[in-house]
Amino acid sequence: MTQKHYITTLGIFLTFLLATLAIAPLIGATNISLIKAFSSEIPFKENVDAHILFLARLPRILLAGIAGSALAVAGAVFQALLRNDLAAPFTLGVSSGAAFGAVLSIAMGWNFRFLGVPALSIFAFFGALLAVALVFSLVKVRHNEFETSTLLLAGVTANFFFAALVMFIHYLSDFTQSFQIIRWLMGGLDITDYGTVLSIIPPVALGFVILMVIARDLNLISAGVSTALSRGVNVSRIQKSGFIVSSLVTGTIVAFTGPIGFVGLIAPHIVRLIVGPDLRLLLPCAMMFGAAFLILCDAVARTLIAPAEIPVGVITAILGGPFFVWLLKRKKNS
Amino acid sequence: MTSSLLTAKNLTFGYDDVPILKNIFLKIEAGEFIGLIGPNGSGKSTLLKLLAGILDAPAHSIYFKQNDIRQVPRKRLAQSIAWTPQEQNLAFSFKNSEVVLMGRHPHLSLFTMESEKDFAIAQKAMETTHTLPFADRYFNEISGGEKQRVLIASAVAQEPEMMALDEPTSALDIKYQMQILEILKHLNEDKNTTIILAMHDLHLASKFCKRLVLLDNGKIVRDGPPDKVLEPGILEEVYNIDIKLYRDPNGGVLVSPLLSDLSSTAEFE
Repeated sequence: MTQKHYITTLGIFLTFLLATLAIAPLIGATNISLIKAFSSEIPFKENVDAHILFLARLPRILLAGIAGSALAVAGAVFQALLRNDLAAPFTLGVSSGAAFGAVLSIAMGWNFRFLGVPALSIFAFFGALLAVALVFSLVKVRHNEFETSTLLLAGVTANFFFAALVMFIHYLSDFTQSFQIIRWLMGGLDITDYGTVLSIIPPVALGFVILMVIARDLNLISAGVSTALSRGVNVSRIQKSGFIVSSLVTGTIVAFTGPIGFVGLIAPHIVRLIVGPDLRLLLPCAMMFGAAFLILCDAVARTLIAPAEIPVGVITAILGGPFFVWLLKRKKNS
Repeated sequence: MTSSLLTAKNLTFGYDDVPILKNIFLKIEAGEFIGLIGPNGSGKSTLLKLLAGILDAPAHSIYFKQNDIRQVPRKRLAQSIAWTPQEQNLAFSFKNSEVVLMGRHPHLSLFTMESEKDFAIAQKAMETTHTLPFADRYFNEISGGEKQRVLIASAVAQEPEMMALDEPTSALDIKYQMQILEILKHLNEDKNTTIILAMHDLHLASKFCKRLVLLDNGKIVRDGPPDKVLEPGILEEVYNIDIKLYRDPNGGVLVSPLLSDLSSTAEFE
C-alpha cells in the first residue's frame, strides 16, 4: 500500500461521506427551503425551515453518522480479532447487556437525568459494561494469547442470558412499558438533541484513536496469532485493548440508539471488499462508510412511509442485505 | 569467547502438566543449519515455538545471547528470530505482497507506515524466494508450495539472524521440497542466517542440514552431524520400525524402511 493509494482511497470515501452529509438534511417528510432556513430576516423562533433543519434533522443526522461509524469500526475490529467475518459488535453480548439495563430502567420507571443524560442511556451503558465484564472475566490468557474460542462462547452465552432477563422483565411489564421496550429493542435515532451528540463524541473519538494506533498489530493478529507473536506483536495486550475499546465504543452507541443491527456486520464487509483487509485503511474507510450508510438508511426510514417512521434497523437490513449480495457476486465474477 | 545465539538449559515444558519436552540442552551457534527430526508428537513444533519466543519458556531455561529469553522484549526478539508456521490459511484476503510486508513489523515504530526502504526489502525477499510473480495474487489462492515460500519471504523481510521453520517441506512434492531447502541453504550460506527447521524426510534432512537433532518423546536422543545421528540402531528404536541405511552417492543418507513381514529374512544387497 503506497501513500498515494492510501490518500486517494481515503479521499474517495470522504467525498462520499460529505456528499451524504450535504444531501441528507434536505431529505425528509417536509420540504424545506435552504434559503429560508439560512435567512437572517426571519427570527429563528419563527423560522420553521431552520427549526426542522437545525433542531430536528441535523442532530439526528450527526447521531446517525457517529453511530454508523462507531458500529462499523467496532465490527471491523471484532472480525479481525476473532478472525471470523461473521463477527459483529454485538457478538460478545454488549447489546444484550445494554438492552437489559435499558429495559430494567423502563420497567422501574426511572426517569431522572444525570448531567443531561437520561437514565435509560445510563442504565443501558452500565448493562453493556456488565456484559463486557462478565464475558471477559471468563476468558484467560493462555500461551500468550487470549482464548478467542472461549470468548466467542462466553459472548453467545451472555447474549442468551441477558435476552432471557429482558424477556422476563418484558413479560412482567404493563402495556405502556411493553411498547417502550419493544421500541427500544428495535433501535432508533429519533430521540436526540445536540447534547446527546456532544456527549458521545469524546468516548467514540478516543476509541477510534486507540484502534488506529494498534491497527498494524491488529492486522498481524488477523493473519494469525503465532506469526503475529513471532513478528513482535504483544498479542494478548493488543487483543485485550482491541476487544475492550471496541466493546466500550459499541456500548456507548447502543446506550443512546438501542441495538441498530446489521451496520456493524455489513459495513466492514463492504469496505473490506473494496479496500482490502489492511485495517490501517479499512478502519478509517469503514468509519466514513458506516456513517454515510446509516445516515442514508435513516433518511429512508424517515421518509418512506412519512409522516410515520420505520425503525432504522429495518432499513439497514433491507437495504444492506441485497447490496451486499450484489457486491459479493460482482467480486466473484471479476 | 562469543556467546551462543540461543541456549536451552535443562528446558522442561508441558501443556496442563502433560510434559512435552524434558530436560532439553541445546546450543545454537550463529550460522548453523540444524534439522529437527523425530516422530510425530515428539515435541519438534513445541521446541521451535519456545526457541522463537512464541510460547513462554520457564524462567532460566532459554537464553538469547546470554539474556533469559523471557526478559527480552518481544519486538527486540522478533528483530532477531523469525518463525514460520507449517501450513496456514488466512481468514481475510491479504495479498502475498502484504503478507511479506508484515515481516517488517518489528522494525517499524508506532504510527509509521512502511517506507521505500521497507518496500525494497520486501521486494528483495520475494526475489530471493521466487515469489515475485505472484506478489499481487491473494495468499489463499496460491498452492501449498507457493504459500510456504511466501511465508519464508515474510520471514526473510524480517531480516532475522535466525529462522525457525515448522515443517516447511512436509506438505510439498519433491520439487518444491528441494526448492524450499535450496532457498534456506542460500540464506544460510550467503546471508549467514541461522536456520533451524523441523522436518520428516530424513534423507533430505541429511542432505541439507549440517547438524541434526533427533527428538523422541520430548527428549533429545541424538545431536550431531547427520551421519552420526542417522544410525540404524537409534532410528529403529525411535521410529519403532526396521530400517536399512544407504549412503547416497550424491550426498546424504538414504533411509529405507523395511516391510515388517520381510524384515527378518530380506537381504537384497
